[in-house]
Amino acid sequence: MKWSIGIDIGSVSTKGVLYNGQVWHSEVISTGWSPSQAGKEVLERLLLTHGLTRDQIQIVVGTGYGRIQEGMFDKTFSEITCHARGSSYLLPEACGFIDIGGQDSKVVALAKTGKVRDFVLNDKCAAGTGRFLQVTAQTMGLEVSQLSDLAREANSVAINSMCAVFAESEVIGLLAQGISKSCIIAGLLQSIAKRIGVMAGKLNFQGCIIFCGGVAQNQVLKGLLSKEIGCKLFVPPKPQSIGALGAAILGYDLIKEEE
Amino acid sequence: MRAQTMAYFDQLIPSGMLLAKEAKEQGRNIVGYYCVFSPIELIEAAGAIPVGLCATKQEPIAEAEKVLPRNLCPLVKSSYGFAVSGKCPFFHFSDLVLAETTCDGKKKMYELLAEHKPMIVLDIPNSSNFEDNQEHWIKQVYRAKAYFEKNLGTEITEEKLADVIKIYNEERKLLMELVSLNKQHPTPISGTDLLKVMWGRSFQFKRDEFTAKVKELIAELKDMAARGESASQVSSKRILVTGCPTGVGQEKVMRIIEESGGAIVLQESCSGIKAFVDLVSEEMDPFEALADKYSKTPCSCVSPNKRRLELLSRLVEEYRIDGVVDITLQACHTYNIESYSVKEHLKKKHNLPLLQVETDYSDADSQQIKLRVDAFLEML
Ligand code: SF4
Ligand code: SF4
Repeated sequence: MKWSIGIDIGSVSTKGVLYNGQVWHSEVISTGWSPSQAGKEVLERLLLTHGLTRDQIQIVVGTGYGRIQEGMFDKTFSEITCHARGSSYLLPEACGFIDIGGQDSKVVALAKTGKVRDFVLNDKCAAGTGRFLQVTAQTMGLEVSQLSDLAREANSVAINSMCAVFAESEVIGLLAQGISKSCIIAGLLQSIAKRIGVMAGKLNFQGCIIFCGGVAQNQVLKGLLSKEIGCKLFVPPKPQSIGALGAAILGYDLIKEEE
Repeated sequence: MRAQTMAYFDQLIPSGMLLAKEAKEQGRNIVGYYCVFSPIELIEAAGAIPVGLCATKQEPIAEAEKVLPRNLCPLVKSSYGFAVSGKCPFFHFSDLVLAETTCDGKKKMYELLAEHKPMIVLDIPNSSNFEDNQEHWIKQVYRAKAYFEKNLGTEITEEKLADVIKIYNEERKLLMELVSLNKQHPTPISGTDLLKVMWGRSFQFKRDEFTAKVKELIAELKDMAARGESASQVSSKRILVTGCPTGVGQEKVMRIIEESGGAIVLQESCSGIKAFVDLVSEEMDPFEALADKYSKTPCSCVSPNKRRLELLSRLVEEYRIDGVVDITLQACHTYNIESYSVKEHLKKKHNLPLLQVETDYSDADSQQIKLRVDAFLEML
């Protein structure tokens, strides 16, 4: 049996996936201060849990911002290519994916072949990222994970500031006016959906889109986004690990090619 | 493999500084210019030395921002900063400056710069289909002629100008011959090296020496190609770079493309072939011929700018391009807006993808650019 491992070293967490052409297993740990250490650890955990040794792994593929660790990987791909491969593996008819992470957001269109057709990234400012939610949730003394439930039934109040810093003071202002937290959260989610909707608008989506990244757990946001873009959204199991899965599959493709 | 002759081109800017100093000491006049619209043959025909002043470094921007707004194209800020801080020897040694009304940023910056150097600003029509375009341009060429004659105390005769036009045309043909070596695959010369040659041109005043070196480079590259040596790999994707000028010192994006395994075949922008791809007619009256050539510069500052699309169409076919990278500078509205038209054009006409990289002169976004470039190269 041939095995490949994909490792996605992100700024917050490091994900690893073990793949043999049929089944895949994943591990997630937090990256901490050392990306290379986190990469090694996730690799060792995968080996340990599945009773394998490093020699039994034909290829280790790296992705994510930590992919530039010298000597660690047999091959690297950008996280966009890896997410694309992972997305089309899980849902072959997907026409794209949206990844809202802690620091950035990516909207990527896929061709019928599953390859990347075009992409729009926001990694310059916090608007439309998990960071935006985190900052504003903190202002209200809440955790990001609570937001979906609180916003479920609420009417959204308009949040005009796209910038996380200004939105924070806007939220304080709204709280002072006596507006309920639920309505404010609904407004914040709406504002992210709008922002991502504009990015998606550049790519002419038609069909089903994979929604992944840390924020994908938020059901309300998923609904708002789907309305904004006019497409069905699909949140895969383990949405965090799609990049590592894609890396593992790309590695496996390479093993097959060489044969 | 890199051609040994490149060592000469690596030194062009520093040695140009010495040349400028020497030229001043010998009592020669120097005229600075910023833009590919500048009819620099007039300067040469006036017996003066034309030198490029378009700036590419982050360093003087802080100085510029004491006067200019932050939200302005870095090229404009850097050029202004270099000029007023006295840190650019070429500006320092210039007796006069030749400028044009291109984008708003440059136009308004020139108003401020005029306090520091005597300058002529040519009026360039914004509309490419303006009925009186040609007449207007001819008037501007004569205006510049009169200005140089008066301020440099010489006469620009038809014969002198015709001679310079010939010399410049020969040089253009030679540079295009160099670029066209990259029609081969894998490419014999890297995009950053090509940039060094083309950008360096405006800092070498000895035209004979420069052309001799370009010939040497061409010969060496041909030998290398015959031995099977090249600047990129067989598996490298062939990339054309377009967009705002990205001169030496601002190779950030190009370097990332090449480090990620892409082969930059050529640059369409003003730091690349834009000034060299079209010749000045040697049949027409030389002053009118200048007006004719420069009025057709395919720059986004004119509207509509169909010529850029036509040029790109030609280049992507001739050079068998796999993907186009459009480097646009922050706050450059004309190129940023035009990026959409270029993208649509390439997709519809050539089924080619375009990656727009919006950036500035700082290194802060290198990581983000690398992600985009990697993903783009992987999708080709
Ligand atoms: S891009 Fe336009 S304005 Fe800038 S140097 Fe080129 S021709 Fe001049
Ligand atoms: S890059 Fe754009 S904004 Fe900057 S000087 Fe050139 S045309 Fe003007």
